[in-house]
Amino acid sequence: MFASHPPLFSNPPHPREVIMLSKRFRLPNSASIDTFLAHGGYRSFRKALEMTADEIIAEVKTSNLRGRGGAGFPTGLKMGFVPRNSPKPKYIVVNADESEPGTCKDRLLMEYDPHSLLEGMLIAARAIDAKKGYIYIRGEYRYLIHILDRAIEEAYRHGYLGRNILGTGMDFDAYTHSGAGAYECGEESALLESLEGKRGVPRIKPPFPAQVGAFQCPTMLSNVETFCSIPYIVEMGGKAYADLGVEKAGGTKLTCLTGHLNKPGVYELPLGFPVDQLIHDVGGGIPGGRKLKAFIPGGSSCPVLTAKECEGLTMDYDAMAKRGTMLGSGGVVVMDESTDMVKVALRIMRFYQHESCGWCIPCREGTTWLRKMLQRFDEGLGRRHEIAMIGELAKNMLGRTFCALGDAAALPTISIVEKFYDEFERKLNAVSAPVPAPGPFPVLNDPPPLGVGR
Amino acid sequence: MLASYPPGRQRSAVVPMLIFAQDEVGSITPELVQEVAKRCGVQPVQVEECVTYYSMLRKKPLGKYHVQICTNISCLLNGGEELWKRACEQTGLGHKQVSADGMVSLEEVECIGACSWAPALQVNYDFEHLVTPERLDEILAACRKGDYVEKAK
Ligand SMILES: Cc1cc2nc3c(=O)[nH]c(=O)nc-3n(C[C@H](O)[C@H](O)[C@H](O)COP(=O)(O)O)c2cc1C
Ligand code: SF4
Ligand code: FES
Repeated sequence: MFASHPPLFSNPPHPREVIMLSKRFRLPNSASIDTFLAHGGYRSFRKALEMTADEIIAEVKTSNLRGRGGAGFPTGLKMGFVPRNSPKPKYIVVNADESEPGTCKDRLLMEYDPHSLLEGMLIAARAIDAKKGYIYIRGEYRYLIHILDRAIEEAYRHGYLGRNILGTGMDFDAYTHSGAGAYECGEESALLESLEGKRGVPRIKPPFPAQVGAFQCPTMLSNVETFCSIPYIVEMGGKAYADLGVEKAGGTKLTCLTGHLNKPGVYELPLGFPVDQLIHDVGGGIPGGRKLKAFIPGGSSCPVLTAKECEGLTMDYDAMAKRGTMLGSGGVVVMDESTDMVKVALRIMRFYQHESCGWCIPCREGTTWLRKMLQRFDEGLGRRHEIAMIGELAKNMLGRTFCALGDAAALPTISIVEKFYDEFERKLNAVSAPVPAPGPFPVLNDPPPLGVGR
Repeated sequence: MLASYPPGRQRSAVVPMLIFAQDEVGSITPELVQEVAKRCGVQPVQVEECVTYYSMLRKKPLGKYHVQICTNISCLLNGGEELWKRACEQTGLGHKQVSADGMVSLEEVECIGACSWAPALQVNYDFEHLVTPERLDEILAACRKGDYVEKAK
C-alpha cells in the first residue's frame, strides 16, 4: 500500500532457506493483523502472559539468541541486566535505524510482518516490566513508519496494546519515532540521545542502556530482528530455537546478499551456514563466472576477508571472530576479481568521514585524513611510504574513541591495506620522483583495553 | 506527537516534528524553528542544533522531486557511481543542486537500505531498486514533467 517497489523476498524461497522469521512474508496482505492472527500471531504473547518474567528471560538465555544489530551480544543476558525492581519506569527501544552499508533486512520484517515486531516488544515488556516502547526508525524509511503506525493502531483496536491488555492488567503503549538522517544514531547511546530530541552524540558507557537508557531509565534496546525472534523462542522453547543454529548462536538470521552476485537478495538462513554455499548456491554465484576477490560478512564496519580466508568459513559469530572479522549485521558484500580495492577502501572511508559525529578527535580527524590519503591513491597520486602510513594511522584510531564508529572506520581500512597491499602499489604515483623514506611513523602505545570508553 | 513521550520529555518530539513539518513547508524556516521550539518547550537554539546535525533536515528548499542516488559499497559495485554521473549529466545539476524550475534536485547519498537491490535510489521517500540507466532516464523525465507518482510519503 505504501510501498512502490516490487516484493523484497524471493518467491518461492530458496530451498536452502529455513523459513521462520519470514514465514508470513509471502502471504497476501501479510502486514495486516487479520493475516497475522490467522497465522499464529500473538499466540506467543498469550503464552508469555502465562509465564513469569524469569521464565521468559531464562528461555531467551537458553535460546542463545545474539543481538542482530551488529555486536552480537547475548540478548538474554541483556534482558537480565535490566533492574526490574527499579522504581523508575522501564522502556523498550527498538533500533530500526538500519544504516550499516550492506544491510537491508529489518526493512522486510517491518514491511511484511510489523505485528511480529510488536509481539516481540510485548513479550520483552512483560519480561522487564516496561510500560512504553519506542521504535526508532530512520527517516528515509517513511513508508515503514506508515506501515508500523497502522499496525500499532490495529493492535490497539484488538486490545493487544493500551490499558489492561487482554484483561490481564498489563499496560503497554508503542510508538514510532522518526530519525532524520544520521548513521551515528544507530549506535545505541546516540540513538537514546536522539530519542530525547538532541544531536545524536553517544554517551559515555558505562552505565549501559539496561541501567540508564531512555529518559535516564532502565531500557532494553535491541535491533528489529532481535525483537522479532523473541516470539519464536517463546513458541518453540529456547532449546529448540538454539538447535536451529550452532553452539553459541541460536536460530536463523536474515542475511542480505549484496555486491557481485547473480541472485542478490535477503534470505533467511540458519546460523553457521557455509560461506561457500552462500555465494555459489543461494546467491547464484558470481556474474560472468568471475572469481571471488574479497568478502565482507556483515556490513562495511567488518574487516574484509580474502577469497582464501573464506574457505571453510561459516556464518557464525565465533567462526568470524576466529578469522579476525565479525558477523556484524548480516550485510554480506561479495566482491569479484574485477573490484578495485583502493576504491572500495576510499568509498568506505568517505562514508565514515561523513557520518562521524565529531566528538572524538581520532575519529573526526582520522577519518578525514584517511579519506584524503585514499583519495590521492585512487587518483594515482599516492607515494610508497604512505601505504604503510594509512594502516598505521588507522591503527592509532583503534580503541581510542568514545563509540565503535572509530573502530568501524579503521578496521576495514587496516584489513584492505594489509591484504591488498599490491593494489595500492599499482596505484603509486608514476610521475613523481621517488620520495625519500621518512622516519618511522609514530605509533602510540597499545590501545586501552576493550570496553574502556565505549 | 507530543503525547507520545513521558511527561516533561516533550523535547523528544523536536526531530520528528521538524521532519514532518519540512515535508509540508519544503524547508526549515526560521518561523518553523520558533514554532517547534515553542511547542516542545525548548530554546530555539536547541532546535537549531538539530537542524544542523541531521542530514535530512535542510534550510533551503529542494526540488519538488528530490532524487537521492546511493553510491555506497553495494551500489558502487553495481554501477551506482555511473548512475550518479549520468543523473548529473542528464540534469546539469550537482550534489544538492536544484533545477531552475524547482522540479528536480539531486543528492549523492549514503546507504539507503536497499543494498540487495543495488543500484538503488529514492525519489522523495519512494524506493527505486535495480535501477538501469534507461530507468534512471525515465525517472528523471517523469520528475521534470511532474508526473512521477509517489506512494510512500
Ligand atoms: C556507529 C554504529 C552504528 C550502528 N548502527 C546500528 C543500526 O543501524 N542498527 C542496529 O540495530 N544496530 C546498530 N548498531 C549497534 C547498536 O549500537 C546496538 O549494539 C544494537 O542496536 C543492539 O541491539 P542488538 O543487541 O539486538 O544487536 C550500531 C553501532 C554503532 C557503533
Ligand atoms: S567515535 Fe566518531 S562517531 Fe563515535 S563518538 Fe567519537 S567522533 Fe563520534
Ligand atoms: S549500499 Fe546502496 S543502498 Fe545500501
